[in-house]
Amino acid sequence: MCTSIVEIAPAEGMAKRGDQWFALTHSVVAYDHARHAPLGDVITLDFINTELEPGARAAAELTLEAAKELRAALDRAIEAAEFEEAEVRGKSAVSAIHKAA
Amino acid sequence: MSHYRGMICENITLTGDGGTPITAYTAKPSGPGPFPGVVLVHHLPGWSEFYIETTRRFAHHGYMAICANLYERAGDGHPDDVAAKVRADGGIPDAQMVGDTEAAVKWMRAQPELNGKVALFGSCSGGRHAVIYASKRDDVDCCIDLWGGRVVMGPDELNDKTPVAPIDMTADLSCPLLGIFGNDDRAPSPEQVDQHEAELKKQSKSYEFYRYDDAGHGIFYWHRPLYRPEQAMDGWDKVFAFLAKHVGK
Repeated sequence: MCTSIVEIAPAEGMAKRGDQWFALTHSVVAYDHARHAPLGDVITLDFINTELEPGARAAAELTLEAAKELRAALDRAIEAAEFEEAEVRGKSAVSAIHKAA
Repeated sequence: MSHYRGMICENITLTGDGGTPITAYTAKPSGPGPFPGVVLVHHLPGWSEFYIETTRRFAHHGYMAICANLYERAGDGHPDDVAAKVRADGGIPDAQMVGDTEAAVKWMRAQPELNGKVALFGSCSGGRHAVIYASKRDDVDCCIDLWGGRVVMGPDELNDKTPVAPIDMTADLSCPLLGIFGNDDRAPSPEQVDQHEAELKKQSKSYEFYRYDDAGHGIFYWHRPLYRPEQAMDGWDKVFAFLAKHVGK
């Protein structure tokens, strides 16, 4: 595969490489042949800082199935987090939690 | 003479596109020559160990070889990390690649040991880049495209960095082309290879295409699950036969 399937998103946060944390500027999602995983084509995740040297990178290569599991987990966690941040706990908490489940 | 040829390998600095200094790995066979030249255009994973080894492989077979680091502007680091940074930046511009590769071709043509003939070799994005270079310049004697994707491009894939699909440059292709592809590949797909071949025929270009069953992308990449030993051995035979025919040995 020599695909042009690349999604680039701005990122605020930090990632870890070795024993060092670095600030992020971008998350990059692509679908291409694996560079390290003993797999054919994979979803690649790169968390990087474009202002730093190329080694400022936390990377993963996932099978399509693993990427779908990750997406679902992210969706569940984000949905729960948005509920927390909306500060709707209290009188509507029970119905909202049931809805989330 | 020993069966196993000695060689001299070193990194040199080229004046790349826009006057930017870029590093290139070179390998020269031992002896006075004359030798044909091979200019390697590295793949999407960057100026990787596979390409450095392949540069030496050509020298082992009696060719002077050079491989420029097209990702040098992204900074120094492990090739995987540098390639990831380039990917995050949307890749490199085709025009910049032409300028950098032209510097490598000029270096080759300036070597006193050269027999006067220069081949271009690339795989993956490097195959696509090789096709573009051979269509934009007329200073190489043959071109080898190993499974280069995005030779055929949809309108949504065109942008400032890749403004023209290589297939639409076919009329300007300046030298014979060798193509090696896996029939299980999806980029390029067999249908896209068909389209490219049809355009080459239409433009009356000299080409040889070989397509392998039970193989996908990256047939020669011995370090990847994509490696297909039988197809790779036959493919290398095709590469060296094509080189012997067009640049000599």
